[in-house]
Amino acid sequence: MRQLLNTLFVLSEDAYLSLKDDNVVVQNKDERLASIPLRSIEQILCFSYKGASPALMGKCAEFGVAVSFFSPRGRYYCSILGEKNRNVLLRRQQFRIADDEKRSLPIAKSFIAGKVFNCRWVLERTKRDHAMRVNVERLAGQSAALHSALGQIGGCSRIDELRGLEGNAAKDYFFAFDDLILRNKDDFFFEVRSRRPPLDRLNALLSFVYTLLTSDCTAALQGVGLDPYVGFMHVDRPGRVSLALDLMEELRPVVADRFVLSMVNTGAIKPADFEERENGGIFLNDKGRKVVLTAWQKRKMEELTHPFLNEKMTWGLVPYVQALLLVRTLRGDLDAYPPLMWK
Amino acid sequence: MMVVVAYDVNTETPQGRRRLRLVAKACVKFGQRVQNSVFECLVSPSDLLVLKNELVKIIDVECDSLRFYNLGAKYSNRIEQVGRQRHLPSDGIMMV
Repeated sequence: MRQLLNTLFVLSEDAYLSLKDDNVVVQNKDERLASIPLRSIEQILCFSYKGASPALMGKCAEFGVAVSFFSPRGRYYCSILGEKNRNVLLRRQQFRIADDEKRSLPIAKSFIAGKVFNCRWVLERTKRDHAMRVNVERLAGQSAALHSALGQIGGCSRIDELRGLEGNAAKDYFFAFDDLILRNKDDFFFEVRSRRPPLDRLNALLSFVYTLLTSDCTAALQGVGLDPYVGFMHVDRPGRVSLALDLMEELRPVVADRFVLSMVNTGAIKPADFEERENGGIFLNDKGRKVVLTAWQKRKMEELTHPFLNEKMTWGLVPYVQALLLVRTLRGDLDAYPPLMWK
Repeated sequence: MMVVVAYDVNTETPQGRRRLRLVAKACVKFGQRVQNSVFECLVSPSDLLVLKNELVKIIDVECDSLRFYNLGAKYSNRIEQVGRQRHLPSDGIMMV
């Protein structure tokens, strides 16, 4: 099994990254903040204005270190990824399947089935663990709605129909989302999913965590040689990592939503970690981002037993493993793509 | 896996001082300097062979010495740190 190495976060706004002796050197003005060998890291997430030197980016590509750039506020700019994406045969296969609705539909169905299944179990888990404190009826109702949606997905014959089912399921799921928040109800509440800009703290947190997950999925897909821009369910659009978004669907509830809920329910994140901007949007501030990233990194180091492979691994490797399973499906080694179904 | 590389290079001659610089430079590529002549390298087994080979070519076996301590993949409870730290620990959260 591949080992997941550490991630380097660069949060100082004025930091500049450069290359020296196969090391990434983080510099702030004349002061050297850190120097880390590229061999010992997996990816670099850079939240600084100044960016990185071309020499470093080239070396990262050579070593297979994924570099992603964000604005200091956490908006995703771009990624530089390793040179391993040269498998043209695999990519051609991916494009052929993406062009053929008949062949891409089963894969898209798997993504959505995984998502709905996982959403349902997030609800069921709260219902089971905190029956005294939550609106059990509403949770049970929404969970039943998701259960019936799961049945419909199997019989659906067109991608558009599938998109409709997915939209409805997401609505059903988010309708009960507020019940999953157990503490600090005055500060953290959920009415409706809002983005660009997120209008309350929970949406701000969800958006930021989804961004992190997108960049992990993009890196994973690129790492196994797939083109993250050509998706099976999400429509092609310039600059949109459609396949990463496809792959993310099944991971959203188990990886991102559960993480956000545990941050709120354990009190790890506080109202002081957010700030409001002129346009009414609510965003994490510097301290909040640090809190979230630290917790995110810790979560990635936690272990699970993969339900399909029956093998122990860290949560951080899950996107990579799912991407590998997707490759096997595209090659025809697996009959259908097995999404991560987490109970 | 985590390998600790410690070296002792005789610096009485100019050639010795040159070897010391070269050894340090080769180690920097593979690991983090934790003390003056001690490096902690998080490397794959194949990278370790490359590093060993590189170092052996530099040193003079008559008067210098090299030691490699292999701590394996689960190294975090085998390292204890007291006092000031001069590097980012490779198993902690790396944030700058």
